[in-house]
Amino acid sequence: MSLLHLAILSPLLLAIAIPLLYKYFRQIHTGWFVLPLPIVLFIYFLQYISLTREGSAMIKSIAWIPSLDINFSTKIDGLGLLFALLITGIGSLIVLYSIYYLSKDKEKLNTFYVYLLLFIGAMLGVVLSDNLIVLYAFWELTSFSSFLLIGYWHHREKSRYGAQKSMLITVFGGLAMLGGFLLLYIMTGTFSITEIISHSDQIFTHSLFVPALLCVLLGAFTKSAQFPFHIWLPDAMEAPTPVSAYLHSATMVKAGIYVVARFSPIFAEDSLWLSLVAGFGIVTMFWGAFSAVKQTDLKAILAFSTVSQLGMIMSLLGVGAAAIHFEEIDNSYFTVATTAAVFHLINHATFKGSLFMVVGIIDHETGTRDIRKLGGLISLMPISFTIALIGAFSMAGLPPFNGFLSKEMFFTGMLGVAEMNILNLDTWSALFPIIAWVGSIFTFVYSMIIVFKSFTGKYQPEKLDRKPHEAPFGMLIPPLVLAALVIIFGIFPNILSETLIAPAMMSILPGFSFDVHISFWHGPKPELFMTLGVAVIGTILYLTLAKWRGVYGLLPEKLALNRFYDEGLEKAQYGSFRLTSTYMNGFIHTYLVYIFTFFIVILGTTLFVKDALSIDTANVAPVRFYEVILALIVAVSAISILFAKSRLTSIILLGAVGYTVALLFVVFRAPDLALTQLVIETVSVALFLLCFYHLPEISRSEERIRFRMTNAVISIGIGAIVTLIALSAHSTKLFDSIAHYYVENTYEEAAGKNMVNVILVDFRGFDTMFEITVLGIAALGIFTMIKLRLARRKEG
Amino acid sequence: MFHFIIQLSLVCISLSMLGLIYRVIKGPSVPDRVVALDAIGINLVAIIALVSILLRTNAFLEVILLIGILAFIGTVAFSKYIEKGVIIESDRDL
Repeated sequence: MSLLHLAILSPLLLAIAIPLLYKYFRQIHTGWFVLPLPIVLFIYFLQYISLTREGSAMIKSIAWIPSLDINFSTKIDGLGLLFALLITGIGSLIVLYSIYYLSKDKEKLNTFYVYLLLFIGAMLGVVLSDNLIVLYAFWELTSFSSFLLIGYWHHREKSRYGAQKSMLITVFGGLAMLGGFLLLYIMTGTFSITEIISHSDQIFTHSLFVPALLCVLLGAFTKSAQFPFHIWLPDAMEAPTPVSAYLHSATMVKAGIYVVARFSPIFAEDSLWLSLVAGFGIVTMFWGAFSAVKQTDLKAILAFSTVSQLGMIMSLLGVGAAAIHFEEIDNSYFTVATTAAVFHLINHATFKGSLFMVVGIIDHETGTRDIRKLGGLISLMPISFTIALIGAFSMAGLPPFNGFLSKEMFFTGMLGVAEMNILNLDTWSALFPIIAWVGSIFTFVYSMIIVFKSFTGKYQPEKLDRKPHEAPFGMLIPPLVLAALVIIFGIFPNILSETLIAPAMMSILPGFSFDVHISFWHGPKPELFMTLGVAVIGTILYLTLAKWRGVYGLLPEKLALNRFYDEGLEKAQYGSFRLTSTYMNGFIHTYLVYIFTFFIVILGTTLFVKDALSIDTANVAPVRFYEVILALIVAVSAISILFAKSRLTSIILLGAVGYTVALLFVVFRAPDLALTQLVIETVSVALFLLCFYHLPEISRSEERIRFRMTNAVISIGIGAIVTLIALSAHSTKLFDSIAHYYVENTYEEAAGKNMVNVILVDFRGFDTMFEITVLGIAALGIFTMIKLRLARRKEG
Repeated sequence: MFHFIIQLSLVCISLSMLGLIYRVIKGPSVPDRVVALDAIGINLVAIIALVSILLRTNAFLEVILLIGILAFIGTVAFSKYIEKGVIIESDRDL
């Protein structure tokens, strides 16, 4: 076990200790015990920058299930390191924030920090695993811990609803992704991502390539809340705000982004990957931005904004992956898209984290997050206002913040799509920059709503539960740090380019040369005018918001995706209930019909499909006269049972069948069988009479068996099938009987002349022993049933 | 000749059994059926004896004895059932 493994597992190990720390140190906020760990991990991961900036990677492996090629192998390269730094860095700030956000006395801090640490560990495992199965295991752990965190206030119905919804959607995608991983294993014979990437040329033509691609993408899209799977993210806002800030803006929802980036070298050979990733990304980007403007809850706006920004990163990754697909043409267009994706990934984590924290502060200090109740907080909460302004302007893509730079590069990438027509979509490619531009306008509008609707305007103290004031300083530190980063990355973007962005791009686009240099001033290019347009039209739209808000009423409620999900779930439940109650009707008769029909269908089809039906009369013994008569007696008595008018007649006829069978045993020279059959038949006839006597009065009415067509068909079918199988089996003897061994050895080996008895107690005595056991159990069972019934009667 | 006589006897007994079976199926009352069954049992004894002669074996002599006993017990049990409604009387009232 290396230090890297320990780093991944350390949050899980600390999670074990949390309940004890919570119990024995009640006077200290449990978060303080948690805080050092992400900070230490962050510093630990920082030292790897020197390793990854040359493009090299470190792989450490420990055996887990070596026989199945499943090893806990970790790989730290540019992409993994970038995510690890995001997770631990923002994790530290979130833990600090949560210490001030969650009350020591009112909340169950032990469960909160256990879940949070589970999540940190799982997330580190996802981004640093080199083994697909280990990656999947950590992936599901993120789903579970996210489920637990969303449902943290489990006494609220909406929390439980949101937790269930996110669980269903992300686990659905996770399972699809597992399927994709297994297909990759079938194609390449290894679970190691590094090795799969080195074999990626060979699997491109494999027939399982497209299914694997779709499965992996499904997993990534559900986790990263891409259209139409984004619906779980707004409902996950029922979680405590630190959780929303951490999981649902900075880390977990980027797991899908990570997977897409990580698997780009494998799948991007196929243009399907490019069109799906870029297409779904751009649709999500637009739809998220469009829906965000509609919301009145600050967290809901941020949730849809997260969806939108994730779609933007996703589409950039799709466009960037085109570099792998089109090797012949100039790559600079596509690599700039990848640069933008990685850069915006960092930017989004910083400004969205700070915005969530500010919203949490507003919620904490005023008691509401509804923008219709808020307003005029600028003089009461100046620091929060500043942070929100920085975050929102960065999100809107305004200079001098970092969002401006990545938005410009986003436009460059999207213009590249239209110019190079890379997706073979003809006219559709031209839509990309247009959708991107319109989406950015909506982004601008909702960014303005967040800042100005809550901080400026009229102060409405009568609508607020508490008297608002500035948050405690500790609560302001984390968003301040993030806002500072927003400005620093905005003004000095190149401190990231060599250290983090370039190494990450080397992982996404292995074997490409690129020059990562983020410049502030591109010159008067189309991107600049697009940004200007966004700002101008966005401002106009924001100012006239009240007039065109009615647009959102135009979309019929029936087409809403949430309604589709809710009704789908309900219909699935109702439908499966209906289905079950139609065929599981509780009548043994019906179940017997199923069983027998199945029997007929399966055996009959096998008989004919396998061409097993053969009737060969070569081995048939001559039929003797008295055998025919005996068979006739059995047949006539058996059929008469069906038409008997009274039960007594049926029992007697059954006895007749039994005795005639005994006679057949005599004719076929089986004296022991005949003896036993006679005695058993007598006893069972007596038992039948006993049952008959004890039948309850109500059903004693003696009437004929009613005729049912299905029953007749099924019983005739069963008889025919069994007869055919018996005839076919008799006609095709694959090898000789082993009976001659018994004939020769009964006396020599076992000192007996009665061969049947010798077989029963000597050659195959085990069977006899267990049949004795069966009889013993039956006897005890009958005794118990009668005895207990007697005892109950006595009590009664 | 000997063989033929045995065969002939078998056929005769089989035919009489068919008649008895007819009585068991048809037999308007339960006692008719019980008596027919008893007679079937005795006919079975005869058939088994003839078959033993035919097969030249004495392995089935026990079967003959057993049928004799069972036919008796069965008929008695049936009769008792028809008369009293119970076969084994118990001191304890269930």
